[in-house]
Amino acid sequence: MANEKEIRTQIASIKNTQKITKAMEMVAASKMRKAKDRMNATRPYASKMLNVIGHLANANTEYNHPFLLDREEVKRVGYIIISSDRGLCGGLNVNLFKAALKDMQEWQGKNIEIDFCLIGAKATQFFKKFSANIVSQVSQLGDEVHIEELIGTVKAMLDAYTDGKIDRLFLVENEFVNSMTQQPKVSPLLPLAAEDNDEMKHHWDYIYEPDAKTVLDGLLTRYAESIVYQGVVENVACEMSARMVAMKSASDNAGDLISDLELAYNKARQAAITQEISEIVGGAAAV
Amino acid sequence: MAMSMHLDVVSAEKELFSGVVSAVFAPAIMGDVGIYPRHTPLVTSLRPGELKIEIEGKEDQFLYVSGGILEVQPGVVTVLSDTAIRAEDLDEAKAMEAKQRAEEALKDKQGDFDAAKAQVELVRAAEQLRMIERMRKIRK
Repeated sequence: MANEKEIRTQIASIKNTQKITKAMEMVAASKMRKAKDRMNATRPYASKMLNVIGHLANANTEYNHPFLLDREEVKRVGYIIISSDRGLCGGLNVNLFKAALKDMQEWQGKNIEIDFCLIGAKATQFFKKFSANIVSQVSQLGDEVHIEELIGTVKAMLDAYTDGKIDRLFLVENEFVNSMTQQPKVSPLLPLAAEDNDEMKHHWDYIYEPDAKTVLDGLLTRYAESIVYQGVVENVACEMSARMVAMKSASDNAGDLISDLELAYNKARQAAITQEISEIVGGAAAV
Repeated sequence: MAMSMHLDVVSAEKELFSGVVSAVFAPAIMGDVGIYPRHTPLVTSLRPGELKIEIEGKEDQFLYVSGGILEVQPGVVTVLSDTAIRAEDLDEAKAMEAKQRAEEALKDKQGDFDAAKAQVELVRAAEQLRMIERMRKIRK
C-alpha cells in the first residue's frame, strides 16, 4: 500500500489540475455565449445576399459567371477545411478530419487530385502529414474573427476555380447543432447552386452600375467569402462548446479520482494508527 | 400616405440597420446616388464613404461603409456593406494612425507593404476622418 505522504501529494496535484480544467470550462462557457451571438449576427448578411443573387440569377442577365456554371468534367477538386487553432476540445477536429477524409476517398478512387485550403493550426498540422497539396493556409485568427483576415486565403481558392485549376470546391466545417452536439459537415461551395424558380422569373432587369459583370463578380466573390466566414465563426462557437464539454468531463473525472484517492489515504492513515496502537500495547505488555 | 420603403444595411459581421425610411443616399462607384421610394431596380457597387439615411420625422442617420453593394427593388433597398462600422463607434485615433501608417508605407516603397493596399487604406482613413468631423458638427 502506498504511503500517506505519497497519496497526499497525488491528491494535491490532481486538485490543481481540476482547478485548471474548471477554470477552462467556465472561460469556454462564457466565450461560447459570445461566439453564438456573433454566429447569429452573421446570418442576415448571407441570407440577404442570397436573395440578391437569386434575383440576379432570375433576372434576364446575359452574363454567366463561372461560379454559376456547373462543369461536367472534374479533373481536380478543392477543399476548404475549417478547424480550430487550439486543442483540448475533445474530438472536434479529429471528427472533422475524418469526415473530410471519408469524403475525399471518393475523389481519390477516381484518381482526381485534391487541393487544400486550411483554416486553423490544427488542420495544417494534420494535413501536413499527408503531404497534401496546400494552396493556402491561415491560422491564429483568435476568437473574434474578422472577414479581412480570410479574404486572401479564400481568394486563392476562388481564383483557382475561376482559372479552371479546380472544378469543384467543397467546404468542410463543424455545424453547431446545440451546445452539446457539433456535427462535421461537408458541403459544396462552388459551383453555386442557383435555384431556378419559374415564379421568380422577372420580366425586368436591373440597371447595373458600372456593368453586370463587375457587379456580379463582386457579389459572388463576397458571397463565397461570407459563407466561409460564417463557417469560421460557427467553428469558434463549436470549439468553445466542445471545450466546455471536454473540460467538464475532465473536472468530473478529476473529482472521481480525488475521492478514490482520499479513500485510499484514509485507509492508509487508519492502518498506520492501528499499527502504532498495537505496537504501544505490545510494548506495554512486554514491560 | 407618405412614401416610404424598407432599408436593410447588413455587413458580414452583423446587421447594422433595418427599418422603414423615406430616402437613402449612398456613395455608388460611379457617383453618389439618392434613392427614393419606387426607384427603378438597380444594382451597383459602392465605394468607401458615408451612407445617409432619411427617416420621416426623425433625424438623419449616417453610417460609414467601406465599400459594398447596393441593391434597389421597388419598395426594398438592401445595402451589403463590406465592413460597416457605426459612425459613433469610429475611433478617430485609429483612423489617424491608419492614415499615418498608410502614408509612411506609401513613402517607403521598399517595405513589404503593398502600395496599392496602402492607397486603399489611405482613402478609407480619410473617409472615416471626414465622417467623424461631420458627426461632431451635428452634435454641436
